[in-house]
Amino acid sequence: MTLSHDVVIVGGGGAGLRAAIAVAESDPRLSVAVVSKVYPMRSHTVSAEGGAAAAIRSDDSLDEHAHDTISGGDWLCDQAAVEAFVKEAPEELLRLEHWGCPWSREPDGRVAVRPFGGMRKMRTWFAADKTGFHLLHTLFQTSLKYERIDRYDEWYVTKLLVDDGRVCGVVAFELMSGRIEAITAKAVILCTGGCGRVFPFTTNAAIKTGDGMALAYRAGAPLKDMEFVQYHPTGLPFTGILITEAARAEGGWLINKDGYRYLQDYDLGTPSPKPVLRSMELGPRDRLSQAFVKEAEKGRTVDTPHGQVVHLDLRHLGSTVIDTKLPFVRELCLSYEHVDPVRELIPVRPVVHYMMGGVHTDIHGATPMEGLYAAGEVACVSINGANRLGSNSLPELLVFGARAGQAAAAFASTAVHGAQGGAAVRAQVEDERRRLEHDLLGRDGGKEPISAVREEMQATMEDGAGIYRSGESLARAADRLHALQERFRTARLEDHSRTFNTELVAALELSFMLDVAETIVHSALLREESRGAHQRTDFPARDDDRFLASSLIYRNADGSRQMEYPPVTITRWPPGERVYGR
Amino acid sequence: MADLITLRVTRYRPENDTEPTTQDYEIPLRKEWAVLDGLNHIKDHLDGTLSYRWSCRMGICGSCGMTVNGEPRLTCATFLEDCAPGPIRVEPLRNFPVIRDLVVEIGDFMRKLPQVKPWVIREEEASIDSEYLQTPAELDQYKQFSMCINCMLCYSACPVYALDKDFLGPAAIALAQRYNLDSRDQGSAERMDVLSAAEGIWSCTFVGECTTACPKGVDPAGAIQRYKFTAAMESLKAFLLPRGTR
Ligand SMILES: Cc1cc2nc3c(=O)[nH]c(=O)nc-3n(C[C@H](O)[C@H](O)[C@H](O)COP(=O)(O)OP(=O)(O)OC[C@H]3O[C@@H](n4cnc5c(N)ncnc54)[C@H](O)[C@@H]3O)c2cc1C
Repeated sequence: MTLSHDVVIVGGGGAGLRAAIAVAESDPRLSVAVVSKVYPMRSHTVSAEGGAAAAIRSDDSLDEHAHDTISGGDWLCDQAAVEAFVKEAPEELLRLEHWGCPWSREPDGRVAVRPFGGMRKMRTWFAADKTGFHLLHTLFQTSLKYERIDRYDEWYVTKLLVDDGRVCGVVAFELMSGRIEAITAKAVILCTGGCGRVFPFTTNAAIKTGDGMALAYRAGAPLKDMEFVQYHPTGLPFTGILITEAARAEGGWLINKDGYRYLQDYDLGTPSPKPVLRSMELGPRDRLSQAFVKEAEKGRTVDTPHGQVVHLDLRHLGSTVIDTKLPFVRELCLSYEHVDPVRELIPVRPVVHYMMGGVHTDIHGATPMEGLYAAGEVACVSINGANRLGSNSLPELLVFGARAGQAAAAFASTAVHGAQGGAAVRAQVEDERRRLEHDLLGRDGGKEPISAVREEMQATMEDGAGIYRSGESLARAADRLHALQERFRTARLEDHSRTFNTELVAALELSFMLDVAETIVHSALLREESRGAHQRTDFPARDDDRFLASSLIYRNADGSRQMEYPPVTITRWPPGERVYGR
Repeated sequence: MADLITLRVTRYRPENDTEPTTQDYEIPLRKEWAVLDGLNHIKDHLDGTLSYRWSCRMGICGSCGMTVNGEPRLTCATFLEDCAPGPIRVEPLRNFPVIRDLVVEIGDFMRKLPQVKPWVIREEEASIDSEYLQTPAELDQYKQFSMCINCMLCYSACPVYALDKDFLGPAAIALAQRYNLDSRDQGSAERMDVLSAAEGIWSCTFVGECTTACPKGVDPAGAIQRYKFTAAMESLKAFLLPRGTR
């Protein structure tokens, strides 16, 4: 039996579901499939808390949203993409409203907006502090009404099929039965999300293992700006669970061990009791996370069994604001930290949160490989540049999920070739089947558990490619990752069952993560400047002469790497200084 | 040395086992560890063959529902300390076929979901230039029922679903009500047939176990009771009033 569709979407999170609906609406004759390793409503979009940005208020403008995004991204954003993004974001959020998303409201019934970090106007729409949850369930439930959308729930994609430079499907296996199948397609859209699990301490769910980035990279498509990894300043120690920026937007303060609002020492403005846009606690995430490291170096953070922390103080907001605007924050603090933010301080520290880099696409979500598209956190369009602003990702999923869906649908409707693929494709499928059945499921012996390799990879990334990096720390990390690739090949696999084999999934995820980790480290090593979230202690200044450029990393057929540096597209906002709080 | 606690885990591998068995694992008893952290410790350090689902580990994705000491729970939000001294029994959710170990088959629920038409139905789609106005009070009408994370704890707790797999079940009915009560929706008539059928609301004997089990404060039992009243009024109207005036 061959499984075949016009468009196959890998991933059922916000980007994947929006893309699926876009395909179904563009051309109802097309058959579209969503393949997802978890049930779509379990995708990581469900965890997003704070909100989604789009300029709708009369005091706001598209240009201001664009400028905030571009300066927030330290001028590495593609400005044409940003202009399209800010223009389409309001329409997309309104569409979600029409589909039933329970946005929080003003007393008169209009959608409410809240401030967010790095944004000069209140433009972040929210559904209390469970925005991603509501957005994802709304999309999923709405997708159920399209009969042309087929789903492969709990199917794991292991490989992209490529015929003569053109992507023509995927290989995947069904978790429940273990059956391995080729699913052919005229166009494939990767919507697999980010890769936070490459690091030891992250807000990201277990499933965020960079699969789509590695799938594309192995197939020969370039990854862009992989050195830019966002640390969010406020994660709970031990678990890494996120305390949303909305907590600071509603008026929360960050204080050091002396109760001092230390951000005032880092060129982020002067403290005032009420939140001030683009100032202090509402500065951008890269600058806040960097300030934490400096504060720790000065010995002004608090020592705990789970590392250095500072405190997030919400006590002055009172229980009414906390319960109406931040109920999930309270729930999470009570469950996981035994702390009640109404009365107590919340311990927090920077935590790996979001991947600015990803599969290189143009403004339509198309990659340089024919038939391959990408959208959402897996992709890099790039609207986020060197540092994403909070609440820009959810609208990005919608805007570029829709665009990629439309582009893939147009491509699939006009594609002359069938989706089946020839002998070359069948050979790839057989090779992949052999790898899965023989090398992985059939592996005997082996030295160490895969968790040992994974833990060491994570430690390597934290040591070598954290908030601050240097040529030396990165070169060391590169060597260690190389050795870990070798160790992965001989690691032990104990589970030989076909039925819901989660060890096999973990092994495949680890192998994807090792490739992604290498692209992060190599891209970081070669960017000899500091910009946004990429801070080199040996090159502390931004260098527009050499690096006002995206980095593209390719894997050649022989496994070697190749870099390119295309210049950033500047439309209306020439590079300037990033100014916050003054 | 950290204190230890025993997890008594149900194992079932269909290729080898005809019946489920249990296996004991000793794990560290740490203050901050949830049952899920214990399972992850087993998977990573003691036995790579144990299968279970998990993802967000913050109580919102709905993946990690299991039966802990006899109760349906999210294992990421159930702490070892609260179950001490152990052994802590970890079993798959009840009322579902078991695929393997702690993983259950929820296809039945996934097939029921579209039957209640959980999307906004309008006679006329408004243009996308502006939002439908909805006051905070109107939002409150349905908000609670929109908080369901599809974790399946309510189906596992439901005595009716245990006996009758045709029963639509608490989460699906609550979701239908979530849309029926949304001021933007005009589709309640279209959801009526499936809700009022024998396998819809009338199967429910109002034990309320679903509401007790819900980790997110949704009240499916309340949704069902409330809909029974609506449905009764509708059928009364249908009986009393001639067509056209309804
Ligand atoms: C805790 C947290 C809070 C956040 N809050 C906000 C916020 O308030 N505002 C904001 O704008 N952004 C926020 N973000 C960022 C934002 O939520 C994410 O960037 C975004 O949701 C990613 O969506 P996605 O659709 O790209 O991927 P995901 O939602 O991660 O979905 C990925 C999909 O791909 C599938 N998949 C992956 N690999 C495979 C494979 N090999 N085979 C088959 N399927 C596969 C998965 O099953 C899943 O369906 C937050 C992030 C986190 C971690």
